[in-house]
Amino acid sequence: MRIVVEIDQCVGGGQCVMAAPDVFDQDDDGLVVVLDGDPAPGLADDIRLAARLCPARAIVVDDT
Amino acid sequence: MTTAVRRVVVVGAGAAGLTAAESLRADGFDGDLTLVGAEAHPPYDRPPLSKQLLAGTWEPARLELLAGHRYDELRITRRLGAPATAADLARRTVRVNGDELPYDALLIATGVRPRTLPGAARLRGVHVLRTIDDAAAFQAAALAAGRVVVVGAGFLGAEVAATLRGLGVAVTLVDPRPGPLVRQLGPAVSGLVADLHAEHGVDLRTGITVEGLTSDDGRVTGVRLGDGTVLATSCVLVAVGCLPVTDWLAGSGLDLADGVSCDASCRAAPGVFAAGDVARWFHPELGESIRVEHRTNATEQAMAAARGVLGGDEPYRPVPYFWSDQYDTKIQAYGRLAGADRFAVASGSPEERRFVALYGRGERVTGVLGWRSPRELLRARALVAEAVPWRDAAPA
Repeated sequence: MRIVVEIDQCVGGGQCVMAAPDVFDQDDDGLVVVLDGDPAPGLADDIRLAARLCPARAIVVDDT
Repeated sequence: MTTAVRRVVVVGAGAAGLTAAESLRADGFDGDLTLVGAEAHPPYDRPPLSKQLLAGTWEPARLELLAGHRYDELRITRRLGAPATAADLARRTVRVNGDELPYDALLIATGVRPRTLPGAARLRGVHVLRTIDDAAAFQAAALAAGRVVVVGAGFLGAEVAATLRGLGVAVTLVDPRPGPLVRQLGPAVSGLVADLHAEHGVDLRTGITVEGLTSDDGRVTGVRLGDGTVLATSCVLVAVGCLPVTDWLAGSGLDLADGVSCDASCRAAPGVFAAGDVARWFHPELGESIRVEHRTNATEQAMAAARGVLGGDEPYRPVPYFWSDQYDTKIQAYGRLAGADRFAVASGSPEERRFVALYGRGERVTGVLGWRSPRELLRARALVAEAVPWRDAAPA
């Protein structure tokens, strides 16, 4: 699973941090930071949820 | 008890409708799935309309919510460019462009449309901003006019004012309430919003009514205020709130008093669900029915309604969230700020233009607001989610 983040698109909502706190964090401006670029398979559902909850669709999950 | 749902029709192709369709697939729905949208554009995101799109920094294509090939992969049949015009709940059909689409479950996500001013619809030069086409027309008119009167200092009006100032357009922002966003954010933060706009050269006229528009030969010439002042302009944006799009459901038997009325799990009638701006649902913790016109609610409620379609009956009990970007300031909040009777700055300070504030009603924290403080705000969210007593949360 590969996580692609469109940082220009991020609105700093923090939804991803709540959905997958082991994978996403925010910088001081609220912009998304990927903590774990190669997440364990067990986190896949949380990461997909984070992508779906993002109000700016700034997170794209590539399952291939 | 669930009967087999083989055909789902989602009416409304904004963020809520599209998310509902995606969620149905993510949750394992394998049947026919049709997404009906009034606009011809592929489903797109609305928050950037007043910001990046109006500013001209993003192309319209960037607003698309889902890459084109994903619709085929998810087997979502798109019926875009014509609105649904009726629903027959007994026969379980939706009428679109002369066709009767059969459904086992109907998911209503038709959103809202802008309110306007009496007589405004017939005048050239008077705009609203809800769709991508609205934004393009308004941007061209605003740049040509060089001077815009924005009627309504809510989120949309305030964001548009900020974006227009960035484009060098002169802006007068008018609202009958005593300050910008005062109903949404309370008097203290409203004052800071007013300062922000004044510093950027917005001519702010709050606490004064708009009596009407002046015109000449079918074109707007100005905005007449309650004190008799006429603000001369050839370009007006009306940003005075929205009304739920439910006229197509008249006579369906659904309760349509301020949106589609739903139970706690977003069910409006057997086999009928609603989500997003158009949905009014019973929030168990608040003990009342609410309708929320915020972007994140569109996503979260659509996911909840999709679960309902597939037989779930969990109550939908979100912690509401919104954000607003104006100039370089990001304002964000969790919970409910409107109607608060307590307010306190919890960290940072308004003077430094970086703080988190608490809002409370009675003995409970009901909302938290961050002003250029996203990380701190996220930490404060728990105060709302857990409804912490005011005395435990507020600084001594």
